[in-house]
Amino acid sequence: MAISTTTVPSASPSAGSRSFISRLLNGDEIARIITFLFAASVVLITLLLVLQLWHDSSLARHKFGFQFFITRVWDPNAEQFGALPFIYGTLVTAAVSLLLAVPLGLGAAIFLAELAPQKISDTLQFFIDLLAAVPSVIYGLLGLFIVVPIMREVIQPFLKSSLGFLPFFQGPAYGIGFLTAGIVLAIMVIPYIISVSREVLLSVPRDQREAALALGSTRWESTWRVVVPFAKTGIMGSIFLALARALGETMAVTMVIGNAPKISASLLSPGYSIAAVIADQFTEATGDVYLQALVELGLVLFLITFILNGLARLLMVLTTQKGSGMGHT
Amino acid sequence: MNPRLRWRKFVSNFMLTLTGVCAGVAVSVLFFILGYLVFHGGASINWDFFTKLPAPVGELGGGMANAIVGSAKLLLLASLFGVPIGFFGGIYLSEFSNSSIAFVVRYAADLLNGVPSIVIGIFAYALVVLPFKHFSTLAGAFALGLMMIPITLRSTEEFLHGVPRALREASMALGASKWKTIMSVVVPAAYRGIMTAILLALARVAGEAAPLLFTAFGNRYWSHGLSEPTASLPAMIYSYAISPYEDWHRQAWAAGLVLLALILIVNIFARAILSRGSAIPRS
Amino acid sequence: MKRIAGLLLVVLALGGIVLAQNALSINGAGASFPYPIYSKWFDDYHKTNGNIQINYQSVGSGAGIKQATDGTVDFGASDGPMNDEQLKAYSDKHGSGILHFPTVLGAVVPTYNVPNVTGNLNFTPEAIAGIFLGKITKWNDPAIVGANKGVSLPANDIVVVHRSDGSGTTYVFTDYLSKVSTEWKDKVGKGASINWPVGLGGKGSEGVTGLIKQTPNSIGYVELIYAAKNNIGYGTVKNSSGAFIKADLESVSEAAAGAAKSMPDDFRVSITDAPGKKAYPISTFTWLLIPAKFTDTAKRDALKNFLKWALTDGQKSAEELSYAKLPKEVVAKELKAIGSIQ
Repeated sequence: MAISTTTVPSASPSAGSRSFISRLLNGDEIARIITFLFAASVVLITLLLVLQLWHDSSLARHKFGFQFFITRVWDPNAEQFGALPFIYGTLVTAAVSLLLAVPLGLGAAIFLAELAPQKISDTLQFFIDLLAAVPSVIYGLLGLFIVVPIMREVIQPFLKSSLGFLPFFQGPAYGIGFLTAGIVLAIMVIPYIISVSREVLLSVPRDQREAALALGSTRWESTWRVVVPFAKTGIMGSIFLALARALGETMAVTMVIGNAPKISASLLSPGYSIAAVIADQFTEATGDVYLQALVELGLVLFLITFILNGLARLLMVLTTQKGSGMGHT
Repeated sequence: MNPRLRWRKFVSNFMLTLTGVCAGVAVSVLFFILGYLVFHGGASINWDFFTKLPAPVGELGGGMANAIVGSAKLLLLASLFGVPIGFFGGIYLSEFSNSSIAFVVRYAADLLNGVPSIVIGIFAYALVVLPFKHFSTLAGAFALGLMMIPITLRSTEEFLHGVPRALREASMALGASKWKTIMSVVVPAAYRGIMTAILLALARVAGEAAPLLFTAFGNRYWSHGLSEPTASLPAMIYSYAISPYEDWHRQAWAAGLVLLALILIVNIFARAILSRGSAIPRS
Repeated sequence: MKRIAGLLLVVLALGGIVLAQNALSINGAGASFPYPIYSKWFDDYHKTNGNIQINYQSVGSGAGIKQATDGTVDFGASDGPMNDEQLKAYSDKHGSGILHFPTVLGAVVPTYNVPNVTGNLNFTPEAIAGIFLGKITKWNDPAIVGANKGVSLPANDIVVVHRSDGSGTTYVFTDYLSKVSTEWKDKVGKGASINWPVGLGGKGSEGVTGLIKQTPNSIGYVELIYAAKNNIGYGTVKNSSGAFIKADLESVSEAAAGAAKSMPDDFRVSITDAPGKKAYPISTFTWLLIPAKFTDTAKRDALKNFLKWALTDGQKSAEELSYAKLPKEVVAKELKAIGSIQ
């Protein structure tokens, strides 16, 4: 039996070494088709979701049109709905959470993958994975009862006194707000970054490290300049995971963000996010326009995710050199 | 030793210590949360908790037996739905596809990942509950399974890609078909990472209450089979934690602890049963 | 692999075992405010009628109405009555109407955290409206001081806290404010979720009380039960007869008694700012929403019997859980109305 080539799968029967039918009977072709169906179903499901959101928000879209993106008012009684404060809050909290979680998570992953003895690394990883299983309502309550007082008594006053000249740290210190929400989100997304990054770092071939060390680099240099870039796409993947979680988190955010549809440069100010307002108001919303406006917000979040993902991928393409481990977006 | 080398060594030690600090911070947060749950909920964990149905407020001796079983059922079904799609989809992306299809599928998976859990619940309600006019365990498992797909897919692809080409080529050279190569050589080599991702996805959906609100709904009694509404730990935690009653609060914390223990056990179990070791020695 | 397959099969089989019970299972969804008393009622009822399982989940009044209309649950529950639009939507979909049955009473109380103030503060309607509109900004404003002679109120800024999630509590509170303040009615209106002029939003009663406890100079509103069970201090409110009333089971039932005389036949009535010397002005009914016509006669009979029980025997457990019970006149009227369920 001829060995089928794997480099360039060809579609036309004449190009390959066997006829289409006999290739079909070969397990490989079936495998390809079946796995393709699975992969395609993911796209199908996502499309279906978008269609559902599009359909369920039709009233609101026709009523508000483009204004929806730039209106600041959210008034269920007057049926005036605008998405701007929520878009702002979503972006700000996601940004804060990533700024905190990525360095921390990456650092921890490096430690666990490179430095810690295997047993300890595995055990600690086990436990860090548990953090991902903590229900978000518990994160929310812990945030409200533990993080918020610390923020109000210690951290926010400290930030105001030392960096208060910046517009980011002005206004009364309630304890809740964008910064607090960002911190709670950071705690929630760290397990994803650590877990996936650690696995990726572990799978970098030994020769890469050894080559660097053989050339005289220090431990840190070999890690930072050779291993991490080799694992870059995997690490970026973990950041995508974290970003997605941060954008879509509802319960924990709504308990500590202050739930005020405001736009303010100060991180100490209360705000609101798309996922939080949907979770807050969906179950009690009555009236078609109201419900559909909330669904439209879901659509807007989809759009934001779409754009952010696109930008991040662009960034990766621009900064990936040839020869690094896995060069795909 | 010249000064430059000394500096580089210093930087090396400093940065590596810093990473240790980062790991310490992450782990201590976890232990803090665990400790909080134990402290506030530990007293409520007794034999009743695991065997009795929920009791109304003010009555002692209630438990969350139906929620524990319900969560187990939901998670099992969700995995049966979400993991194969993610796993085989990931195989396709890594082994068979060209880059443009792969790009689209990856993008779609990332988008799906970012959907708030309550929106997934609304979607599942429209798709699985409304047509049949009743809530069910299946609907809940569908919603949770959807949420498991992106992590599984992306990670499977990622780790399969990381397997060196040499292994694949060696297998082919020995006469194995592509599929056999994938299943017997490549996947086992990437097994660690894939397993980690699946367990991570499971952990993520284990704690979600919002998607279950409109799908599995909730049940104060036992749920029979798969087409009745069912209680689940996260949903119970949510409704108890926001209630006015101290007794229910303690039960909520206890349920949180039990949920974490459940995930821990699944983790240990899965790794032990499916352990085949890694084909690539850890460096 | 075989081990796993075996395990899976076992677990699935366990999950699929149908216990040999002929239980009639009824599902209801709606308001979270009465969830404690409903779960107690359904549980007690199940003890005496072992083959009837009524499963109620608190998903919110709005969701309850929606799911009752969708037909995915057998009955609903709401803290605010359905409006005409919603009633029409229901009857358009099902071909018959849906009935409201008040079950218990609740109240909303003003809670606050003012340094050095330990006793009850008295609030006039003007004060409350002014504070939540953002027009009264300091604790030592004459509107507040005037009603609290002898209490030294600081000159601090008031921090307003309200519910961020849609809730029946907000509905009642804003319904009251719309009645006592024309400015509130015009500018803001009533609803489960509104566009608050000022303030921080806390999620759920837990969120609101958590914020108030931690934030000095704050004021907010919560359900009476919540305040009572968590030992949170709350103030009195001036009612339409001019008396400052503290919310408790009696004063809330008084509000309902006052409204009983003029109660419409469909029981959709607001009892905020009710007449009566001892009536607490921010009180409310909470309703079960039962379809007027059932296709499943077993479910219909089970629910009818349950209602009869809840309106009579069930009322006793209401007070234990700090819900005010229905006045006799209302119960009598409802028992008659049960007969109209087909």
